Amino acid sequence: MGGGDSAGRLVRPFTLTGGRTRPSRADFTLIATVTAVDPQPVAAVRCQPEHTRILRLCAEPVAVAELAARLDLPVSVVVILLCDLLEAGRITVRPPRLVSRTTPDLDLLQKVRDGLGRL
Amino acid sequence: MAGSDSTTDASSAPDTVKILVAGGFGVGKTTMVGSVSEIAPLRTEEPLTMAGLDVDDLDGIEEKRATTVALDFGRITISRELVLYLFGTPGQQRFWFMWNDLALGALGAVVLVDVRRPESSFAAIDFFERRDIPFVVGVNGFYGEHPYPPEDIRDALAVPEHVQVLLCDARDRESCRDVLIALIDQLIASAVQA
Repeated sequence: MGGGDSAGRLVRPFTLTGGRTRPSRADFTLIATVTAVDPQPVAAVRCQPEHTRILRLCAEPVAVAELAARLDLPVSVVVILLCDLLEAGRITVRPPRLVSRTTPDLDLLQKVRDGLGRL
Repeated sequence: MAGSDSTTDASSAPDTVKILVAGGFGVGKTTMVGSVSEIAPLRTEEPLTMAGLDVDDLDGIEEKRATTVALDFGRITISRELVLYLFGTPGQQRFWFMWNDLALGALGAVVLVDVRRPESSFAAIDFFERRDIPFVVGVNGFYGEHPYPPEDIRDALAVPEHVQVLLCDARDRESCRDVLIALIDQLIASAVQA
């Protein structure tokens, strides 16, 4: 994927964020799940086209990494756009399941094991 | 999850966990992800900058500049409440570990090894050992062939006794599933011991 246009790719995505390269919050890790708020709030400011694309893709819950892949944009760019949407009250975010090395969650591990066993 | 603020609710969204699939270039990471994933592997790319790296880490890098690192990943829906993601770390790109978010919060990892070039997976083993991320070793038999027993490969890789070394075929769904189950069993075993 990509490849041929790699020379120009790094520059353009960040124009979508108005030159911002850092997110305003840390909620959006790779497997955080994002869901569009339904119904959407009545907003004073209209969404940019990329924001609208994201909202369409997250009508059902979707992970940040999947969003980035489907938009064909770097995760870091998508995260900045997601911060805009979160601050506008247009999406909700669910953080990944916390994985602790000191107190492992046996119930979670057993669920994963059972699920894999059904494959 | 107790009542959080409105921005972090999304009660209909599933819990998510992840497992990393690492190893040298061309060892079959994306193949493995694709074998067990319910979707065709997706790819995402990330620009990384070399700023902040120790000078030693830049050995072999001709110029100090931004680079791009690509990840292939897949998904396994465990239940309506739980989704497992598999991330194949890029093998040809030495700097994938700078994508800090990647290893953070992972359940564990599978290090795939090509018996013809075991040394190409040393860096991945080293990475997970240093960060205390649990892993199993999957020895990918190309063309389904396994010329060496697992114990020989364990010796060659110098992995500790509690790390399982399994023969597998990255193209085969059941074989990959069994490697993932072995990882979870290893996690359960060490959790029970603790």
